[in-house]
Amino acid sequence: MTENLLFEIEIYRLYKEEVFLGNSVLEIENLRASFRIKGDYYAAVDGVSLTVHENEVVAIVGESGCGKSALALSIMGLHNLKTTKLEGQVNFQSQNLLSLSPAKLNKVRGKDIGMIFQDPMTALNPLATIGRQIEEPMDYHMKLSSAAKKKRTMDLLRRVGIKNEQRIYGQYPHELSGGMRQRVIIAIALACDPVLLIADEPTTALDVTIQAQIMDLLKELQNQIKSGIILITHDLGVVAEMADRVAVMYAGEVVEIAEVRELFMNPLHPYTRSLLNSIPSNMEAKAKLHVIEGIVPSIQNLDRIGCRFAPRVAWVPEEDHETNPQMHEVKPNHFVRCTCYKNFHFPEGRVGEKDYVAT
Amino acid sequence: MLKFILRRTLIMIPQLFLLSLIVFVLAKAMPGDAITGAFAGDPNATEERKEELREKFGLNDPWYEQYGRWIGNAVQGDFGSSYMYKQPVTTLLAGKVGNTVLLALFTLIITYIIAIPLGIVAGRWTDTWADKLIVTYNYFSFATPLFVFSLLMLFLFSFILGWFPIGGSVDIKIEEGTWDYIVSKMEHLFLPVMSGALLATFGTIQYLRNDIIDTKLKDFVKTARAKGVPERKVYTKHILRNSLLPIAAFLGYEIAGLIGGSIFIESIFSYPGLGQLFLTSIGARDFTVVTALVMILGTATIIGTMLSDIILSIVDPRIRVE
Amino acid sequence: MSLLKINDLKVHYPIRGGFFRGVVDHVKAVDGISFELQPGETYGLVGESGCGKTTTGRAIIGLNKATDGEILFEGTDLVKQKGSDRRKHVKDIQMIFQDPYSSLNVRKNILNIIAEPLRNFERMSPGEELKRVQALVDRVGLNPESIYKYPHQFSGGQRQRIGIARALTLNPKLIIADEPVSALDVSVQAQVLNFMQEIQKEYNLTYLFISHDLGIIKHMCDRIGIMYRGRFVEEGTAGDVYNNPQHLYTKRLIAAIPEMDPEKRFEKTHLRQSINEEYRTNYDNYFDKDGRMFDLKSISTTHSVALQ
Repeated sequence: MTENLLFEIEIYRLYKEEVFLGNSVLEIENLRASFRIKGDYYAAVDGVSLTVHENEVVAIVGESGCGKSALALSIMGLHNLKTTKLEGQVNFQSQNLLSLSPAKLNKVRGKDIGMIFQDPMTALNPLATIGRQIEEPMDYHMKLSSAAKKKRTMDLLRRVGIKNEQRIYGQYPHELSGGMRQRVIIAIALACDPVLLIADEPTTALDVTIQAQIMDLLKELQNQIKSGIILITHDLGVVAEMADRVAVMYAGEVVEIAEVRELFMNPLHPYTRSLLNSIPSNMEAKAKLHVIEGIVPSIQNLDRIGCRFAPRVAWVPEEDHETNPQMHEVKPNHFVRCTCYKNFHFPEGRVGEKDYVAT
Repeated sequence: MLKFILRRTLIMIPQLFLLSLIVFVLAKAMPGDAITGAFAGDPNATEERKEELREKFGLNDPWYEQYGRWIGNAVQGDFGSSYMYKQPVTTLLAGKVGNTVLLALFTLIITYIIAIPLGIVAGRWTDTWADKLIVTYNYFSFATPLFVFSLLMLFLFSFILGWFPIGGSVDIKIEEGTWDYIVSKMEHLFLPVMSGALLATFGTIQYLRNDIIDTKLKDFVKTARAKGVPERKVYTKHILRNSLLPIAAFLGYEIAGLIGGSIFIESIFSYPGLGQLFLTSIGARDFTVVTALVMILGTATIIGTMLSDIILSIVDPRIRVE
Repeated sequence: MSLLKINDLKVHYPIRGGFFRGVVDHVKAVDGISFELQPGETYGLVGESGCGKTTTGRAIIGLNKATDGEILFEGTDLVKQKGSDRRKHVKDIQMIFQDPYSSLNVRKNILNIIAEPLRNFERMSPGEELKRVQALVDRVGLNPESIYKYPHQFSGGQRQRIGIARALTLNPKLIIADEPVSALDVSVQAQVLNFMQEIQKEYNLTYLFISHDLGIIKHMCDRIGIMYRGRFVEEGTAGDVYNNPQHLYTKRLIAAIPEMDPEKRFEKTHLRQSINEEYRTNYDNYFDKDGRMFDLKSISTTHSVALQ
């Protein structure tokens, strides 16, 4: 990538972020994904509404168990439907994905929506060559001769930064390093020119330098293909580098949505602020990191009435919380759930270090 | 690849040597010898006469000299003579090997024809009535002893219904090489093969079912679904390929197991193969035959495992040898 | 005197190949590294997977055999020690493992897990033992009544605390922490890191902190050694390494840390581009003709770099 191109991206971004948001690609409305556990259904994604626009990276951030991966799998219809109940709407290209038959959904997945998975070591079929695995979505979504498919695959491999594509084409996954495999997985997701990409923790399993390479690659590709991207991650650093807008999730709900600079400069929800304060690189060396009291409740033990974060900020008076927490637009395009952010402050002294962390 | 096969073959040599040593020593350690066996029930045999014969046949030499003699001949294809049948062991076996191989081969094929579809159905549609039925069948086949089941089959289909012959490998009145001859062979094979196969499906079904259930949850299957691959193709192209791999690899072990397992089946169905010969030879203390048979069964096992290794290295790119 | 001094440590594994599976080459997991730990300090060992940082930690505690070199613990060379002599010292060195899910025996309750080192090294009556374990469990912030529970009944952060309690039972001097928080969520990670700092003061512990996360290393460590392909690339105080990196690899590693300020993301991308460019063009200058990293050369009293 040349300096010039980078500069162009930058200008484009500034323009885009400040002036307008493109047409929406995906509109999620009140999505609820419930899993059956011992006969009862418990919602892991609990009433999420979110819009993704063209050429926009929306990051969904939260700790494990907050429902962010369940959300991604719901959009793609990858949950086991025998044990999962999906409600609400996922509107994509003027159809609700949740109500599509498997056959119709298969016309969308892999074609208009591509997905990038977390662990490059397990996401590829060990018995098929790289070339075959990239060509597979083309088999179902594009009418191409095998020569055309091969050519397209070679192009894709080059686009994801693989130089010796001739060789890689015929190799098996175990012959490649983790970073290379992740590039291949990205190539698969891009195979049929999707308008929406869902990246589920795309860099989590990688080494730092490889993570940086993959982040830069995704940024570059995004600028080329102009599709919407849903980026699911627990790493706020990745969010700061990649995202245009950020949705913070806690216990199945979105608790804060804002444009990325706004979120990092002016985080409001107590959960967002706690997360930012618990990151070592955000703090002075050897300083006390913020500890969020307690643990993320499991979906069976979750108290679904009132502010779900309340038990973890016990010092906040009860009247500060809403009885039925709603999203409030505190600034244009900056939404926060519940009213408890208004007077929120971190307690003095030993932050969140109770005698017993939890029992 | 060739290098791998060559090395794997070379490893067989010490294995076989060890096997022969163990077989020989064990045979010697058993009470009695060929002479006691040959004269069993003969009141005229005096101890002097037996001792004289032992001296003559070299049975009083130190064991290693006897072993050297035996292995030297064995390498040249001479396993000595049977005391009971009064003919060279090699000739004796030649007539039986074919029958046993035929039995094992058909049992294997039928086992796979039954087990693979059942395993796939049970693994793909877990917790449906079909799966429950298959699992139940599987437990029955695991729990039923081979000899009980075989006797039942024999009783029902041969004695009561009279559909199949009671014993032997072919009707002796039929001329060799004719169509009727083949039909007769098949008729004789049917019951032993079915009895063996129906009970041998257990491992394959269970393994395949579990492996499919595991593979279904693998990430690469999720990748395939995210590509928009139709469900049927997700199974044929991704899940089954991975799950059938170990089954293919076990082929060698299965062959080895079946040849060893033929002992029961052949005795019950009076099927003239190696297994039946093995039992009668042990009864008669016909040690030359027993040692030769154990050597053959052992070799089959070693070759079987080698075959498995080679198959696996061919079908699985992860361990494919450059 | 330094608490731990590593001299030219090497850990090599044979590679077998050829027709007779003979040793054809060695994997040089650790290939001649030297560093020292002063009592009470936290020394960070950083690098990407496969750089040899974990092997180094395991070699010190004796889980991997050192091929060559010295591991001087309070002046005694652990490499030469055998059996019971070594055990005496090993008692003073304990390890905290990466994965709190798999490093605890699931069939043992917390009492048995924490008491195990005591049973191996000290003779105590069951009463004393119970008291000691309860005190430790209390100290790591868990309810003393929970000692009869099993690992699966705890969350990830709590399990890591149990791992720490186990490491503390014998009052060690040195704790080797191998990626102690990599498997944990950020907020839980914060708990464990805070806690490790607290007990360090309280028990006067020295840490060898192994991690791939430069953010955590920077936060926790006084001095840092950067490893690459079994060798040291750069060593210095946290300030030396982060603010004044000299070796290209160190620069690359630091540039790879995600930028926490969205405003600066393009600068960061630019920085990475230029470093990658230099990496491509100048890579060979950083290695000798055998492709081996140069020895460390000191450029200030605290800072050394592997340059020609």
